[in-house]
Amino acid sequence: MTGNRKGGDTAHQLWEVFTQPGDGKPFEHAGSLHAADGELALQNARDVYARRSEAVAIWVVPSKAIVSSTPEDVGPFFDPANDKPYRHPQFYRVPQGFRM
Amino acid sequence: MPQNATTDDPRRLAEFEARIARCKTIEPKDWMPERYRKQLIRMMSQHAHSEVVGMLPEGNWITRAPSLRRKMGLLAKVQDEAGHGLYIYCSTETLGVDRNDLIQQLLAGTAKYSSIFNYPTLTWADIGAIGWLVDGAAIVNQTMLAKASYGPYARAMVRICKEENFHKRQGFEIMTTLAGGTREQHAMAQDALDRWWWPSLMMFGPRDKDSPNSDDLLRWKVKQKTNDELRQRFVNITVAQAMAIDLTIPDPALKYNERTKDWEYGEIDWEEFWRVVRGNGPCNRERLAARRRAHDDGAWVRAAAEAYAAKHEPAASVA
Repeated sequence: MTGNRKGGDTAHQLWEVFTQPGDGKPFEHAGSLHAADGELALQNARDVYARRSEAVAIWVVPSKAIVSSTPEDVGPFFDPANDKPYRHPQFYRVPQGFRM
Repeated sequence: MPQNATTDDPRRLAEFEARIARCKTIEPKDWMPERYRKQLIRMMSQHAHSEVVGMLPEGNWITRAPSLRRKMGLLAKVQDEAGHGLYIYCSTETLGVDRNDLIQQLLAGTAKYSSIFNYPTLTWADIGAIGWLVDGAAIVNQTMLAKASYGPYARAMVRICKEENFHKRQGFEIMTTLAGGTREQHAMAQDALDRWWWPSLMMFGPRDKDSPNSDDLLRWKVKQKTNDELRQRFVNITVAQAMAIDLTIPDPALKYNERTKDWEYGEIDWEEFWRVVRGNGPCNRERLAARRRAHDDGAWVRAAAEAYAAKHEPAASVA
């Protein structure tokens, strides 16, 4: 957990940075950075990704903790949603002439 | 024909190129030709190194800035360059390389960075010229790269372009102030323009016919415009700015072409270009020595952070 050592130097572990751009807004991925621990990762994230008040809150997450879908299974993985138009309001026919 | 055509699966290569043709973005986990990956690693790591080395010529003037306003601006600009280096190193790592290896290549002198930073900053006016010309040229290049086919690179460029507009304006403000000052100050601004103009044009790289990497980069939409197209765009933008502040572009061959609406410029000294690229510019050795010193001087800070993290790990570790 304390980073990798190479060529007699230390590189620290990798973190993903998520910033909330404003009150009430969803967090979005800003980028990544290296830091020895969470506290330093948070401070570095502020200095690297929020130098101009781009964020009101920051999350840092060890990159290796992220589980993601892969491009190879993107078809079958999202397939269940592709044939269900009845999940959208336009699927249903209603009379005209008033507000729904 | 890409060099890897024999090693990459032809079906996947065709799918990849079809995606590029539809202007789709390539993400880190997507399949990509080995040569696309290699070219991106080369280009992006050189770009990251340039941001980092680019701090040196300007950092040189922070303590001697002529006013507090100028000092704050320059300090913020140099801090931005550090941030830009970090964005791009991390984007490069998404291609499966280790940042530490890239940094070791820079320190060993085997990696390239933009030659412009191998020229000296002799006077305060050079800080103005760098912001105006060097950042101005970088913006022309990076605005194009913000549309690059590789997602992490394009996203880093969008962020960087936003920030660099301030860099260019602070430089141009310095030049405007000097050019409108005393005769000596005007001469100082002109002297900086004289020295930085040609190296700035060289920032766009060799002429199209001498640029061996351009074909693949254009075909795979890492770049959308050629070196010469970007260089011309920069010249067209900059000539009008120089005129506006009464400075003279140091090129007797410079003339406006009514038909193409381009400012045509004289021949670049390509011998000088290659001399600096190959490591024999005015400051190549000095820059690398300064970079190595900074890296070595920071070693104890990195080690201390690791030791502290290790000591507190049980409490701080993620469940």
